[in-house]
Amino acid sequence: MSTAATATAPPEGAPKLVTGRSLLGTAWMRIRRSKIAMVSLAIVILMVLFALLAPVLTAIEGQNPDATNTGPDVLDAFENPGLPLPGYMFPSAEHWLGVEPGLGRDLFARLAYGAQVSLIIALLSTIVSVILGTVLGAAAGYFGGKIDSVISRLIDLFLAFPHLLLVLSIAPILQSRLKDSPLAQGSFVPITSLVVVLGFFGWAYLARIVRGQVLSIREQEYIEAARSFGTSHLSMILKQIIPNVAGVVLVYATMMIPTNITAEAALSFLGVGVKDPTPSWGQMLNAAQQGNWYLNDPWFLAVPSIALIITVLAFNLLGDAVRDALDPKSSRN
Amino acid sequence: MIAFLLRRLGAMLLLLIVVSFITFSLFHFGPADPASAACGQECTPDRVEQARIALGLDKPFFVQYLTYMSGFIMPRMIGAPGAESACAWPCLGKSFQTNENVTDMIANALPFTLSIAIGAVVLWTIAGVGLGLLAAMRKGKAADRIIVGGASVGVSLPIPVTGLVLLLVFVGILHVLPFTSNSINSPFGAAGPWAWVLNYLLPWLAIAILFSAQYIRVTRSNMIETFNEDFMRTARAKGLARRSIVFKHGVRAGITPVVTMLGMDIGGLLGGAVLTEQIFSVPGLGFTAVHAATSGDLPVTMAITMLAAFFIIVASVVVDLVYAAIDPRVRIN
Repeated sequence: MSTAATATAPPEGAPKLVTGRSLLGTAWMRIRRSKIAMVSLAIVILMVLFALLAPVLTAIEGQNPDATNTGPDVLDAFENPGLPLPGYMFPSAEHWLGVEPGLGRDLFARLAYGAQVSLIIALLSTIVSVILGTVLGAAAGYFGGKIDSVISRLIDLFLAFPHLLLVLSIAPILQSRLKDSPLAQGSFVPITSLVVVLGFFGWAYLARIVRGQVLSIREQEYIEAARSFGTSHLSMILKQIIPNVAGVVLVYATMMIPTNITAEAALSFLGVGVKDPTPSWGQMLNAAQQGNWYLNDPWFLAVPSIALIITVLAFNLLGDAVRDALDPKSSRN
Repeated sequence: MIAFLLRRLGAMLLLLIVVSFITFSLFHFGPADPASAACGQECTPDRVEQARIALGLDKPFFVQYLTYMSGFIMPRMIGAPGAESACAWPCLGKSFQTNENVTDMIANALPFTLSIAIGAVVLWTIAGVGLGLLAAMRKGKAADRIIVGGASVGVSLPIPVTGLVLLLVFVGILHVLPFTSNSINSPFGAAGPWAWVLNYLLPWLAIAILFSAQYIRVTRSNMIETFNEDFMRTARAKGLARRSIVFKHGVRAGITPVVTMLGMDIGGLLGGAVLTEQIFSVPGLGFTAVHAATSGDLPVTMAITMLAAFFIIVASVVVDLVYAAIDPRVRIN
């Protein structure tokens, strides 16, 4: 239905047809009207740019995320060995966000490169979950019968697993396996392992929602019409079913990204995700807790925490706005 | 009723067996070599082989699985032939690291997790449902806006951040509360209830801040929906007192989704408050699981994962029963 409105352009010279807006078009119009949504969207875009431009920004700053500064002029050597001296703990022209305790690495550079890692993991794992959830949910709802009961039991099974515990136990196993692969360079191992575990264990809820939607779509007349033309199952799912669940999928995808940002932070904080020297926001939280640095250097805890909260909050508010825009009934009346 | 219970219990048992099989195979085919891990650093190939036999890892996969599962029905013997030791029913194996009986480890850890769960659940239910109800009754007014805004921020606060900030403020700066791990030596506090509350207050808050924000949102939106229903208008038209309308008619019908959520969250939390236990060094199930996962201690990881899945599955059955008890529109069959 949503595609029908945009598909046919009026022929040359004919009077302008009054066409309805597509579902996504209406949604975008509603989002543009909401101040909170636009501010959140701007923050999300800025964060993505911040991550993408990490090499440029750190080049302007003149620092890099791996260079250590352990000299006695940077770090305290007596009272609190390793604690940055006041001139280096806080933002300055030389180190825009100060330096880490212990190794004296530049915090701004680690935050920027950490944003890359955190956001890539969240984005890719969301894509994996969305693809699995949409395809399996659509297949279950569309075919029904045996396929439906197999996929539905699978969904029940995945929802019954203690999510964090399982992800936590599988991540180290996967990492030690990936370590031997020829691709194991740089931050490949932590990123891939987290994308796989988070993506693979995050699809079940979305699949259940999509299945429910498809069950009702299946009974609509346009599906019957398409079937009477002899449309194949594949093209039916791809061209008729999926475009009509796109709205729901978009809502859940927007909400899944902040969940996955938090999950990366949690796993890396627990020491089973991204590990030093690769920076990520969760790894930075882990570093702040190591050796109780945060008690003497609260700034070191504040930097990744504020980045995390702002980003997660912006994505959550954007997700709320997308949901309200696509489903007028659920508005925050 | 009895037929319903039996059917659910049967499905529950089946799901648990599938969960156990999948968990067992996931860990079994993981690349971690428990034999060399258990044997220690300086270990000759001969000794590793002995360890392998002692742990029963030389046997075929299915034999290992069935041996493991037999521990749920009867006591079994563990160890190399000739040097076996008894493992009493219910036997969950022995730790690869410490050779401790896993059942005992879980029995020691569970009370700590219970201690955290009890306080956190009470706090977040009172705060979440209370504030959510208040917001729904004052819809659109200042109180509602403040509560909704606070909840939006609350759901965006990752537990590692909240936990570390609480520790920093109340333990590091204000010195008004003890550092949990320094003062916890018994799960329910031999020093009396007041010491117990002081010890666990920060872990409770770390969980409750996040969860109450979620409960505020769910309670509010469900109550607003319920307040708009016909039977509520009827109650108002009958001239019932506002209090009776809200609590006798409204809450009873509108609270059911919150009860579902509560049941599932309690089920999830009993499997271990992984992040909170780690931050505050509380030796509960989550804390034990993190250490087992990072050291490749498969029997411990396996047992905690299965116990957590058990709690989640039981919770879903209990939720169905409670649902029928509070919502007059739901009948079990």
